[in-house]
Amino acid sequence: MTPAQTVETVYRIESARIIAGVARIVRDVGIAEELAQDALVAALEQWPRSGIPDNPAAWLMTTARNRAVDLVRRKETYARKLAEVGRTLEDVPPPAEPAAPDDIDDDVLRLVFTACHPVLGAEARMALTLRLVGGLTTQEIARAFLTSEPTVAQRIVRAKRALAKAGVPFEVPYGAAREARLASVLEVIYLVFNEGYSATAGDDLVRPALCEDALRLARVLAALMPDEGEVHGLAALLEFQASRIGARTGPDGEPVLLADQNRAKWNRMLIRRGFEAVGRAGTGPYSLQAAIAGCHARAVRYEDTDWKTIAALYGRLVRLVPSPVVELNRAVAVSMAEGPEAALPLVDALVADPALRAYHLLPSVRGDLLERLGRRAEARAEFERAASLTRNARERELLLGRARSGGWP
Amino acid sequence: MPRFLSLVRIDEQSLPEDTPFPEDFLQRMGALMEEITKAGVMLDTAGLLRTSEGTRVTWSGGKLSYTDGPFTETKEVVGGYALLQAKDKAEALEWTKRFLEIHPEEWTVGVELRQIAEG
Repeated sequence: MTPAQTVETVYRIESARIIAGVARIVRDVGIAEELAQDALVAALEQWPRSGIPDNPAAWLMTTARNRAVDLVRRKETYARKLAEVGRTLEDVPPPAEPAAPDDIDDDVLRLVFTACHPVLGAEARMALTLRLVGGLTTQEIARAFLTSEPTVAQRIVRAKRALAKAGVPFEVPYGAAREARLASVLEVIYLVFNEGYSATAGDDLVRPALCEDALRLARVLAALMPDEGEVHGLAALLEFQASRIGARTGPDGEPVLLADQNRAKWNRMLIRRGFEAVGRAGTGPYSLQAAIAGCHARAVRYEDTDWKTIAALYGRLVRLVPSPVVELNRAVAVSMAEGPEAALPLVDALVADPALRAYHLLPSVRGDLLERLGRRAEARAEFERAASLTRNARERELLLGRARSGGWP
Repeated sequence: MPRFLSLVRIDEQSLPEDTPFPEDFLQRMGALMEEITKAGVMLDTAGLLRTSEGTRVTWSGGKLSYTDGPFTETKEVVGGYALLQAKDKAEALEWTKRFLEIHPEEWTVGVELRQIAEG
């Protein structure tokens, strides 16, 4: 590897830790990232000349921290920098001393909680977290979300400003706020995964790279918060979901339903990791979803699926987080455990729900139940309606196929 | 994100049967393993028992043959493995470098880093 490649690689591995360690000093993640980038530039200039230092990670961290301490000492420049992002010196507590190496993990957690702060919208939280914690470039994020690089860059700049304007402190909240804030962190990781897992737009059904980025974030968080059951629950859920990625699409990229998937293609290692994480999970919504995903993972054949347990778990989930989408999933499980006639009333009760008006899976599930009850014409109308609602080209083909054949693809 | 199998090769002849690992080495190894885990990179890792406990099974010319260890004909044998998931090979190599650098200077340890075929 050339020195430049080494610099890039080490920086990517260490960037979250460096930004976090610097943010502790300057109290602003935007300024912290700038200083971390300065250290990267310094390394790119110096290492090709002077050789790669023995401990390149420590070199980058020390350089970035020194710049941070210098900046804070030069009060005027620091105040100007803060003003640029919308903070005033008054609302910034005196900067903390650089952290001891053991405290770096705490700093990274603070970084995660700051980037996922609910003061930001979902898109901003996702972009900022992938950038600061995941170490993705703006270009990589743009590609993942099928949007342009300037759009993502702008989104990140605005997010940093919004955090500064809101005076979001660089800390992990304790007490009452903690649970809500952790929920926001978990939601960001879940949304990133989902964006890759069920691509809402475009021609590809799955964008595995994004799933992997989310999975990596979940693993990092589980290692940093080993006592949080819900974090393990989320990690388990994503490990299970990811284990099926290789089986969810056919040779031409068409979606393959759970019932039809070749289970030999499920990744056993990810399933094993999922079960390990489930063992440490709690009783919250992600842990329940992980337990459901675990039921599917346990079934060697689709016929072996324990739908009774899955229906019961969905029942617990819908009591915990009442949501028409969860209720729809419960209906599917009930239809498998007790038959379509038991499930149709549950689905019919959801038809009027405004939240599901444009949700293609509602007519898709309803079509499936009607078909199993032999009500072909009604089923066809539902599949056609579902096809008109989905934004995913692959899914549309599948649904139109079912409408035409009045049977499974 | 590609996955890599890191095959750790050691000369087990040069490691006497019952030498305990130096305490500071175990500490360094523990700290590094924790760091790789916290980076979300480590998927699985384990050390292997000596080849004297192992057996090679070969299918050749339509016949099976079994060879019990120890396998002395090769100087270096696989003594452990790690399964990593990294953004690219450069990242996996950087972790590999850090892994090797914490070993005592008088040891000879090799890592064969192999990308796992996906799909």
